[in-house]
Amino acid sequence: MKKLLVLGAGTAGTMVVNKMRRILDPDEWMISVVDQEETHYYQPGFLFIPFGIYGKRDVIRSRREYIVPGVEMIMAGIDAIQPDQDKVRLKDGRVLSYDLLVIATGARVDPSETEGLMDVGWRRDIFDFYTPDGSLALARKLRTWEGGRLVVNVAEMPIKCPVAPLEFLFLADHFFHKRNMRHKVELVYVTPLDGAFTSPRASVLLGDILGRKDIEVVTEFNIGSVDFDSRLIRSWDEREEGYDLLVSIPVNKGSGVIQRSDMGDELDFVPTDPHTLLSKEHDNIFVVGDATDLPSSKAGSVAHFQVDVLQENILRWIDGLGLLPEFDGHANCFIESGFGKGILIDFNYEMEPLPGKFPLPGAGPFSLLEETRMNHWGKMMFRWVYWNMLLPGAELPLEAQMSMAGKRR
Amino acid sequence: MPTETIAGHTIELDANGFMTDAAAWNREIALEMAARVGIELTDKHWKVIEFCRKDAKEKGVAPGLRRITKNAGVSMRDMYQLFPKGPGKLAALVSGLPKPKSCV
Repeated sequence: MKKLLVLGAGTAGTMVVNKMRRILDPDEWMISVVDQEETHYYQPGFLFIPFGIYGKRDVIRSRREYIVPGVEMIMAGIDAIQPDQDKVRLKDGRVLSYDLLVIATGARVDPSETEGLMDVGWRRDIFDFYTPDGSLALARKLRTWEGGRLVVNVAEMPIKCPVAPLEFLFLADHFFHKRNMRHKVELVYVTPLDGAFTSPRASVLLGDILGRKDIEVVTEFNIGSVDFDSRLIRSWDEREEGYDLLVSIPVNKGSGVIQRSDMGDELDFVPTDPHTLLSKEHDNIFVVGDATDLPSSKAGSVAHFQVDVLQENILRWIDGLGLLPEFDGHANCFIESGFGKGILIDFNYEMEPLPGKFPLPGAGPFSLLEETRMNHWGKMMFRWVYWNMLLPGAELPLEAQMSMAGKRR
Repeated sequence: MPTETIAGHTIELDANGFMTDAAAWNREIALEMAARVGIELTDKHWKVIEFCRKDAKEKGVAPGLRRITKNAGVSMRDMYQLFPKGPGKLAALVSGLPKPKSCV
């Protein structure tokens, strides 16, 4: 019996085991997945929690419920991968062996990387919304906050879901309007990038929306430390921004397992072939989702498109065939822009987000790079799609590769 | 591609002023490119430049700021003193490497 071992039962890992169990012969391949937490979080939902749109129950499910029968679920922390022996050591002392390993250990925020961020101000005047605890704590804070200067700061790129900080600001603008206190709140976006977003056309559109909503943007700001006493953040080149409420997107890193196994780059992301998803260093290890060092966005849609390519390449790997270089960096993101509207962007390694209709050329129903009500409904419907179609590994009517059909240059 | 004469060599530069061919780089070019952005190169600068060149050769891309501070024996604070106004970009510029990619 051969063994396919998957590390991590998040969005990517769950899709991988569910798809592969359907395809691989159970008499030939045993499939196991390891995760340390019983709870599966719908991470895109964290954004809505601070504003009371979602509660905790909207974003959690049992992991086991989403793993198909025939897959062994191992609940344990992972100590380290030993790629030279084809083994994985668990924190409880067990050792697992594999013929083929898939690393899907994701990314996490590490606020301890920024000096002063986790001092006395943490969860009093300083919050994150990329964790369930952080978003819930921020929801409590916002219920009674009386206004002032709200600074959203991205510590360093890359981050998971690079549009989420902008969505947070758009939703905050809407939230404070509804509470009749927008005039008491200054909204400020402090980013290390040189604009609202990296790709030029999306950056112009998003920059316009920020301006229209009276949200100040401070660019090329690389945070060095937080001064809690003076309530300001300081950049490495000695610029300062004061805050009354700081919403931080801390440094994002790969899993501690990757660091302990010495398999990652300086941020513990695993060097991965950008098109085949095979590890650059080990020829029986694939890497998928946020755990990779690829320049694609760290987002669920990207994991989904990667898994479509990975599924094919696992079969080819088993049959000893050459791997297909088919992953093109495709990402597809709904961006909430507040007041019941949203924007959709669709892009890949080579092609920046362009305007048009999606997924049906000319017909939509979604509009690319444009604010519409339908896009907002797409985002809200996506939670249902995530739990009921995406995780179970159902076929969605979307191609893994980005398409130019329906787009205008 | 525009070309410029730097330290007596004809050098091809991209739209942002970064060298397009890392192999055409030498120490005199580094000195002049640094001088143009107001930096006088010290031993510590050279330590960073040597790391950047070696790393880019191995990995095929210019190292980012965090990668430099983790591996070249200089702190983030040092980097901002050595290359004020954008240490990641300036280290690559002086090392004759393309502008480091920032991610989407």
